[in-house]
Amino acid sequence: MGSTQNTNATPLVVMAGNPNTGKTSLFNHLSGQRSRVGNYPGVTVERKSTSLQLGEIQVELVDLPGCYSLTARSPEEQIAVNTVAGGVRQANPNLVVVVVDATQLIRNLYLLTQLLELQVPCVVALNMIDEMGPQSPDPAVIQQVFGVPCVPTNGRTGQGIQSLKDAIVTALDAGPTPVPEIPYPPALQADIDAVIPSLPPSWRDTEARGRALALWALNSVDGTDELLDIDAELREAVETRATAAAAAQRDIDTEAISARYIWLDEQQEVLCSSAPARSRTESVDSVLLHPVYGFASFLLVMLVIFQALFAGADPLIGLVETAFSWMSEHAIAILPASILTDLFTEGILAGVGSVVVFLPQILLLFLFIGLMEDSGYMSRAAFLMDRIMRAIGLHGRAFVPMMSGFACAVPAIMATRTMERRRDRYLTMMVIPLMSCSARLPVYTLVIATLFPPSNLFGLVPVQGLLMVGMYLFGTIIALVATAVLGRTVLKGQHIPLLMELPPYRMPTFGLVLRRMWERSRLFLSEAGGVILVCTIILWGLLSFPGTTPPPDGATQEEVATWQQTSLEQSYGGQLGKAIEPAIRPLGLDWKIGVGIIGAFAAREVFVSTMGLVYGVGDAADEESMSLREHMTAEVHTDGSPVYTPLAGLSLMVFFALACQCVSTLAVVKRETHGYRWPVFMFVYMTLLAWMASFVVYQGGMLLGLG
Amino acid sequence: MTLPLSQIGLNAPAAVQKVGGERSFRRRLMELGLVPGTEVTITKIAPMGDPLEIKVRGSRLSIRQQEASVLMVELPGDHAQVA
Repeated sequence: MGSTQNTNATPLVVMAGNPNTGKTSLFNHLSGQRSRVGNYPGVTVERKSTSLQLGEIQVELVDLPGCYSLTARSPEEQIAVNTVAGGVRQANPNLVVVVVDATQLIRNLYLLTQLLELQVPCVVALNMIDEMGPQSPDPAVIQQVFGVPCVPTNGRTGQGIQSLKDAIVTALDAGPTPVPEIPYPPALQADIDAVIPSLPPSWRDTEARGRALALWALNSVDGTDELLDIDAELREAVETRATAAAAAQRDIDTEAISARYIWLDEQQEVLCSSAPARSRTESVDSVLLHPVYGFASFLLVMLVIFQALFAGADPLIGLVETAFSWMSEHAIAILPASILTDLFTEGILAGVGSVVVFLPQILLLFLFIGLMEDSGYMSRAAFLMDRIMRAIGLHGRAFVPMMSGFACAVPAIMATRTMERRRDRYLTMMVIPLMSCSARLPVYTLVIATLFPPSNLFGLVPVQGLLMVGMYLFGTIIALVATAVLGRTVLKGQHIPLLMELPPYRMPTFGLVLRRMWERSRLFLSEAGGVILVCTIILWGLLSFPGTTPPPDGATQEEVATWQQTSLEQSYGGQLGKAIEPAIRPLGLDWKIGVGIIGAFAAREVFVSTMGLVYGVGDAADEESMSLREHMTAEVHTDGSPVYTPLAGLSLMVFFALACQCVSTLAVVKRETHGYRWPVFMFVYMTLLAWMASFVVYQGGMLLGLG
Repeated sequence: MTLPLSQIGLNAPAAVQKVGGERSFRRRLMELGLVPGTEVTITKIAPMGDPLEIKVRGSRLSIRQQEASVLMVELPGDHAQVA
């Protein structure tokens, strides 16, 4: 463990508080526009920090993830205690700003009590008093009861920020804070005394800290926790006491937590706290959680989000694409024709374009997520969907990210952050790309329109539409099955039941929502953008080199298309397509489709334009191109049989539905999981799944004589 | 008489007697204020029968039936009946 004293000249100030206390908006008010986003050591939990000038002194301000208490069983929960009490590679803070929700006073003061027991200097920011009206708790009384400065604040308007800053400066110079005298039962006191000698020395530098951290260990450490850096001696000491307590029919957790609440309840009379009436929230809930209206409004909200991502983002995406092709055209016109120009226009510019093109959907999805989170509706949506999501081993909060996967996996994977538990986040991430995203649509359209002539099943149902719906359903069902399977195998976690707060409805602060949209986009650009750019350039290189001599100026369109075709065939990508042909042959696919599959890694819809190049139709071909369709229908194997049979087309669509054909998705998974392990796993399992499913479809179809 | 929270019905206040179940969940529930003696009420049942919305110390929490079935509560008036 071995914490380090913060010997840095810059004092460290930590912001702590329960979830839904308005802590983030206070942090934003304090930090202004500048904040850095990094990670806590050893865990993939975001650590927001900023350096803050307070009059003459500069402090480092760190925003702690929302927590109800300091006890922990996972490394993620352990962040709180390590940050406030000093853990491995983390310095002791000089001050903790505890954000307290005035509408939930006692429960919020529970965290403050734990912090004071650790003898951490604290300042209380009493937030949300505007919701309390006349029965608002008095900051002066809190200050008196707990012996720490208490400043009323309003995260919405920024009221009280200056007083909070002043209080931080004053408190940095103040002496140690009083330790609350919690009436722990004598048996628990004896447990604490017995554990103290086994604590690392830095954890027992004062008597109060030793007692508090011994109690923390008694409440947190057991045979099944996943805590980091707890040495064997401490584990043994805790387990000895726990066994003895159990034998004596005692429960250490109940004793410790009850004692704190008994003490807090005793202060309640002085604090005059009461929860404000929830009449408005109740009446909204009577509609939004109603068996009929509740689901109807939920479906409506989902429809709006889906429509916005699917269709609403289109004009913006079109704008980005037009802007980049305009730049590319002008660059070609200005720059001399050379390989460097090609690299710049077709590699770099196109690559940057393929990163920027994700922004409209990311911005839109985080606009809706921000509104849903901050209004309190996200918890209601999870409450409604929990029963359904439970069937596949997830909880209600996984629904919105999974549904967003129909639009695009990239923002959907970023949206998994709304889930608290790592296992749930990773599991949802692993299956999101199985939902048919909008980039698969052009591929489905091309294949269906080319190979399945418009006709009606039983004279009623259009076959083309049925196939399209079928592909979406297929992807969804496989995603649900994969969730159930992965959740029981690779991502098998201990069953931690759902426990979620349903906060009162609040009007979202638009500035906060905008800021989050911007933060997410910035993180995407800086951390996933680079990988996507490099991969796009590599793919461009694969498909362009070694290349053949271009036709002279003034060549006909046909000549240019033929040159593009031979050039692509001889490229590394073309050779690679031929190399993988044996692997995709059993799926009814040939090397030309193989080249299309390789090209599609840049983005699935690129499959269509790559096929345009392969068949010498030109790179401008889209899924509506008649000449591309004609070329595809005319393609024959060496034995003269057609390449594109309906069965081969179905096999191709199944492959596209399941394969992880998208470097951007992999890049975002790498960013979200901080490593190559999960993106590699995702790529391997999805490719294998796609291959097997296509194999079954094609070979099964052949056996049934459908070929 | 004590009975599981899952069986007390809507809007009937009861007092927490003992929180059961897996340790980290039990601890989290208690740290949210559900310590023995605290009043708890089921305020809503989700449309599909699960989860439940419970009211405790003025805040609302969502908890699944399965977990509510190991949270033992005491209905008020029970003592009088026993006596």
